[in-house]
Amino acid sequence: MRTTATHRRTMLAGLALASSVALLSACGTSSGSEGSGEEATSLGEMEGSVSILAWPGYVEDGSNDPTVDWVTPFEEETGCQVTSKSYGTSDEAFSLMKTGDYDVVAASGDASLRLVAAGDVAPVNTDLLKNYDGIFDFLKMQSWNSVDGVSYGIPHGYGANLLMYNTDVFPDGLTSWSAVFDDASANAGKVTAYDSPIYIADAAVYLMATQPDLGITNPYALDETQLAAAVDLLKAQRANIGEYWSDYLKAIQAFETGDSVVGTTWQVIQNYVTTGNTAVVLPDEGTTGWSDTWMISSTAKSPNCAYAWLDYIASPEANAQATAYFGEAPSSLAACDFRDDCEAFHAGDADYASKIWYWSTPIAKCLDGRTDVQCTDYSQWTTAWSEIKG
Amino acid sequence: MTSTPTTARAGDSLTESPARKVSVFLSQHARVRLGLLLSAPLFWLGLVYIAALAALLITAFWTVDSFTGQVQTTWTLDNIITVLTGSLYQTVTLRTVGVALLVTIVDILVALPIAFFMAKVASPRLQRILVIAVLMPLWASYLVKVYAWRSVLSQGGIAEWIAQPFGGSSPGYGLPATIITLAYLWLPYVILPIYAGLERVPNSLLEASSDLGAKTWRTLGSVVLPMLWPAIIAGSIFSFSLSLGDYITVNIVGGANQLLGNLVYTNVGAANNLPLAAAIALIPIAIMVVYLTAARRTGALNNL
Amino acid sequence: MRLSRAARVTLGTVTTLILAVIYLPLFVVFVNSFSTSTNLTWPPPGFTLEWWGKAFQNAGALEGITTSVQIALAATAISLILGTMISLALQRFDFFGRDAVSLLVILPIALPGIVTGIALNNFFRTILDVRLGIATIIVAHATFCIVTVFNNVIARLRRMGTSLEEASADLGAGVWTTFRLVTFPQLRSALLAGGLLAFALSFDEIIVTTFTAGAGVTTLPIWILDNLFRPNQAPIVNVIAVVLVIVSIVPIYLAQRLSGSEQLQK
Repeated sequence: MRTTATHRRTMLAGLALASSVALLSACGTSSGSEGSGEEATSLGEMEGSVSILAWPGYVEDGSNDPTVDWVTPFEEETGCQVTSKSYGTSDEAFSLMKTGDYDVVAASGDASLRLVAAGDVAPVNTDLLKNYDGIFDFLKMQSWNSVDGVSYGIPHGYGANLLMYNTDVFPDGLTSWSAVFDDASANAGKVTAYDSPIYIADAAVYLMATQPDLGITNPYALDETQLAAAVDLLKAQRANIGEYWSDYLKAIQAFETGDSVVGTTWQVIQNYVTTGNTAVVLPDEGTTGWSDTWMISSTAKSPNCAYAWLDYIASPEANAQATAYFGEAPSSLAACDFRDDCEAFHAGDADYASKIWYWSTPIAKCLDGRTDVQCTDYSQWTTAWSEIKG
Repeated sequence: MTSTPTTARAGDSLTESPARKVSVFLSQHARVRLGLLLSAPLFWLGLVYIAALAALLITAFWTVDSFTGQVQTTWTLDNIITVLTGSLYQTVTLRTVGVALLVTIVDILVALPIAFFMAKVASPRLQRILVIAVLMPLWASYLVKVYAWRSVLSQGGIAEWIAQPFGGSSPGYGLPATIITLAYLWLPYVILPIYAGLERVPNSLLEASSDLGAKTWRTLGSVVLPMLWPAIIAGSIFSFSLSLGDYITVNIVGGANQLLGNLVYTNVGAANNLPLAAAIALIPIAIMVVYLTAARRTGALNNL
Repeated sequence: MRLSRAARVTLGTVTTLILAVIYLPLFVVFVNSFSTSTNLTWPPPGFTLEWWGKAFQNAGALEGITTSVQIALAATAISLILGTMISLALQRFDFFGRDAVSLLVILPIALPGIVTGIALNNFFRTILDVRLGIATIIVAHATFCIVTVFNNVIARLRRMGTSLEEASADLGAGVWTTFRLVTFPQLRSALLAGGLLAFALSFDEIIVTTFTAGAGVTTLPIWILDNLFRPNQAPIVNVIAVVLVIVSIVPIYLAQRLSGSEQLQK
């Protein structure tokens, strides 16, 4: 079903969204056809409300901390009342989008392609987003936010999965992931790792450097043999793992008390550790990381408010607030004018960014372009991950 | 009674109002009374709960498209076979049942003395205070308590500080920590039925036993325990079933371990594979059905 | 039973020790609510009243409490009605399938929360096609709260016997009048105890709630789950927990008094 709204030109205060005509295919199919839903060519009137699904800390309206609020200005400018729900893992986000209750989702790369394939999100016409231009080029039209040259959203923030270590235990510092893989037994019971199937890619990055014979060229494109090698590596690591983490309070506490001394981490965790005896490094082998994308549901009830949100959250000030609160690099250089910690997050450093393999959903059609083999898909990774944990 | 479709008042009882007629009719027809009493609860439990469970069980025989995440309604036994034959599921099931059993044993061992003290030793005033003291922790959110245990058991935490003078150490994060924390969380649910059960043991009976020359332990073993057994089983249903399905505690204090709840959660919340999750959920369902059937023999279900 | 002095002292000591362990984590929560560490690490590095000040202005937490209280009240009310009906049916009548019904009541609490959670989630979404929200949480909570009311009421009914009700009927009282004037007053404290447990169970439930809550519905446990994971908020969660524990004394104490005085009258 397609609805057409009246033509109208409005200038929105602060947003200055040029808008007119025709609505989105609000009731597009969600039957699983690839890339369902039509791209909007222009915008209509605001619907008055928008429902957002995002990582915790992405949509703050001051109810948690009165000083942290970038939702209220948006509501005042656009008249779109925001309701939001936060999720804990990419997988949870993927499940929640199935309910069709959300207009907008902030998806990491390990969810975005699945959402596109499932027909849960619609293409996004970036011409309608005036803040799209300012976004770092290395974040645009990447494999995790576009399919066949069609954009499916606007980049939000990005970060690297770093290696954190206790400087009392490693006074000379670390430069290699071997501390959590081949040499992990030296700190048996005090090694930590991220608790998600996507962590298999971290092992693959390490194998790319240490076992070139395996021929891995993209950590998200693993055939059966390559996956088996990564699983073996992780099973060996499992014996030395103290705990896996997925919420960062846990990771912060474990490093502060010394229950964990080495393992994968995020920059924000390092920023919050108060004991001062930890350090982070981007190891020589490179690393995995995330680049989140704001996407619009293919069944969005409020597509115009959704576009307005996408543009607003990419505007320098809002983007700076949101990414700073979460602890990641912003999506544009202009946002750094509103942050004083861009340095620590290596924002805009294309060289640093190039060392990061951003989370992508592993699919059967190899992401590295191989056509002679089938790659392992995310469900196989999930099964493998359960088995690694045992 | 509550389902009687009338609003009869005391004053109505003298007049031959329609309500009165219904009342008379009801008092003469016990079956109708029973039917009215049962209808609403059975409608609720049957429609909401049993239908939902049945739907879930059916889902276990379906499959899911791995990339699009859509459930496909083609019949297959794959999920059931995976769960029955996969070594992962066997290991995790054994671990989970082991944890749930240990939690239950710890809870019963802790609940018995405190419930006995409350019911048979403490003065009525102290008794009241103790019941409050036991119930109060229920209100400090589950998550807050689990995180508090995480803090207690951490390196350099209170557990270590207490154990060190005795040459011990904190168990750290892992299965022992999981058992301690779960036992802590469900303790009030075990103490209450046992305490209620003990209150039902008449003091005169205990006195008779000791008058007949039985020693304290003998009285406890051959008089109190048999009478208390149903209450203990009733309490154990809480601790056992609540432990069987938990996945949050083990995530926070369980180190790298996973339990059945985690596997279900991973498959439904994470992998979006409801059919496989439903198949895994059959394991705790089967275990609980066996447990409840066994418990019913002891008459414990009347003592929950 | 005449316990020896030694036995009494031993029991008293063991009870004290157990209570000490029960309150140890709560003590940690209490201390952490004044800690300057936002990460809840032990020992606390310093003392501050900041979190107590912030907690009472925290709109999210207050909203969560309101939502949770609403849900718990509604779920308790439903379970009080259904629980009483089902216990009257099971205790006052003998019929085919009685055992099956009693099993049915216990099932929602006996099956792990995650099973109940995904079953109801699947049911609401794919079969009934209703939007998840407060109503779905209430339905889910009421389902597993029935059992606490049922347990208390049926135990009371068993002890009460039927002589008073029969006398009332013999004197010409109708079914409803007998229930209102004879049965109900005797059940009051059992209903109170059952209702209190049902309320507590619903108020702190998180697993089933996670699966039956929709967007925009934040119960207190969900708020806590969201906020424990983000630095800066964790100590506020502790403040809320401390306040809840202290406030909870009131209803428990009242319930105790009411049922206690009733016992004295008998």
